[in-house]
Amino acid sequence: MSEKLKLVSRVSAINWNRIQDEKDVEVWNRLVNNFWLPEKVPLSNDIQSWHTLTEAEQLMTTRVFTGLTMLDTIQGTVGAVSLIPDALTPHEEAVYTNIAFMESVHAKSYSSIFSTLISTQEIDEAFRWSEENENLQRKAEIVLNYYRGDDPLKRKVASTMLESFLFYSGFYAPMYWSSRAKLTNTADLIRLIIRDEAVHGYYIGYKYQKGLEQETPERRQEMKDYTFELLFELYDNEEDYTEALYDPLGLTEDVKAFLRYNANKALMNLGYEGMFPKEATAVNPAILSSLSPNADENHDFFSGSGSSYVIGKAVNTEDEDWDF
Amino acid sequence: MPGIVYFSSVSENTRRFVDRLELPAARIPLRPVDAPLHVKNPYVLFTPTYGGGDGQGAVPKQVIRFLNDEHNRSLIRGVVAAGNTNFGSAYCLAGSIVARKCKVPHLYNFELLGTAEDVTRVREGLGQLWLQQ
Ligand SMILES: Cc1cc2nc3c(=O)[nH]c(=O)nc-3n(C[C@H](O)[C@H](O)[C@H](O)COP(=O)(O)O)c2cc1C
Ligand SMILES: [Fe+2]
Ligand SMILES: [Fe+2]
Repeated sequence: MSEKLKLVSRVSAINWNRIQDEKDVEVWNRLVNNFWLPEKVPLSNDIQSWHTLTEAEQLMTTRVFTGLTMLDTIQGTVGAVSLIPDALTPHEEAVYTNIAFMESVHAKSYSSIFSTLISTQEIDEAFRWSEENENLQRKAEIVLNYYRGDDPLKRKVASTMLESFLFYSGFYAPMYWSSRAKLTNTADLIRLIIRDEAVHGYYIGYKYQKGLEQETPERRQEMKDYTFELLFELYDNEEDYTEALYDPLGLTEDVKAFLRYNANKALMNLGYEGMFPKEATAVNPAILSSLSPNADENHDFFSGSGSSYVIGKAVNTEDEDWDF
Repeated sequence: MPGIVYFSSVSENTRRFVDRLELPAARIPLRPVDAPLHVKNPYVLFTPTYGGGDGQGAVPKQVIRFLNDEHNRSLIRGVVAAGNTNFGSAYCLAGSIVARKCKVPHLYNFELLGTAEDVTRVREGLGQLWLQQ
């Protein structure tokens, strides 16, 4: 299939002093402040830990990272860029260029992990595996199809799915290792990526919802049906992919709960309620607290006296705006 | 009956959660040019977390401005925070900060739009809380 290169039809100089959507500036600032490079994380401190993993564990972990490399490559070279022509504001275009660049940083970070931990030969083998793995290729194909397609809203849905859902079969592994006090520096790097993906998924999902507001009720319904169908299709494929990666270690069911939890969050980023019920999304508390140390702290203080809340650790977040 | 005061940015996740509670609620205005909100009754504050994990700006400026008003501040009875666990240790940080600043309980956290269970739990919790007041 040969396609003409699709570019914006008209360019006017971007004026950051005339803002149509304040989210653009807010997200731009957040992304700029969150900027990081893999060199900032002392990955070599994980070498010793890496050698405590069994061969099967190393294999799974290496494959996970090649899969993640592929998704970030897609998002950096095609996904984020494909959103530019449909941007509603020039500042939205600028945010996509920032996202695209950051995806390239993400993709490169996996190479930093590889070169720190494993031999060139093992790296090559892992990349060969990822090129031959049917489920990984299929997930790439599904999203790439929408990126090439001509429906701007569908492109945003596919993109949000990638940012907020498709990465998580891979992100599970470093969170798992970190919960067992292994590869903790690698996990720190992945946490930086996870934080970036949250802003990306939020932003693209938000722009999808803005776009949807201008559509007819019929078209909105069509988009909703499409979104859930796509999620089902991707989820089916993720299950198979997860089995291929994690069956040898007996972790598959644990990973699947994590997938469903994140699938619900991807839907929420698009403005829909989650589709998997509570029982199906009960993430292993060790994984959850590896993702966010305060997530499993019981913040349900409604019961009890309701007045005895004491903050565990000092929050040294002062903001000059406070008057008291 | 005491109420809910909430802030929600243009993405309106928190607004949609509060709507699902089906309880009286007042919104903290988004823009500095809007007339500020002054409350008369005790309330629980609902706020999303911003700041993105580098420690600054976790509590939205609009919420700070609202709480800088001493009368508003005197009526707060608790805080419910929204966020996303992807932000790691900054998850729902706004709740901890407001709780500490105002010396009120940090009642609950939820992610993004919240789940059906979150809605039920918060409704029940607010009911109990007002009974104790
Ligand atoms: C730029 C940005 C920074 C954020 N920072 C945090 C954070 O530090 N901690 C957190 O738990 N959630 C964070 N979030 C998630 C928001 O709290 C969440 O998306 C919330 O639902 C937004 O509510 P609203 O739509 O009512 O404004 C952030 C979101 C964005 C877009
Ligand atoms: Fe990425
Ligand atoms: Fe991303």
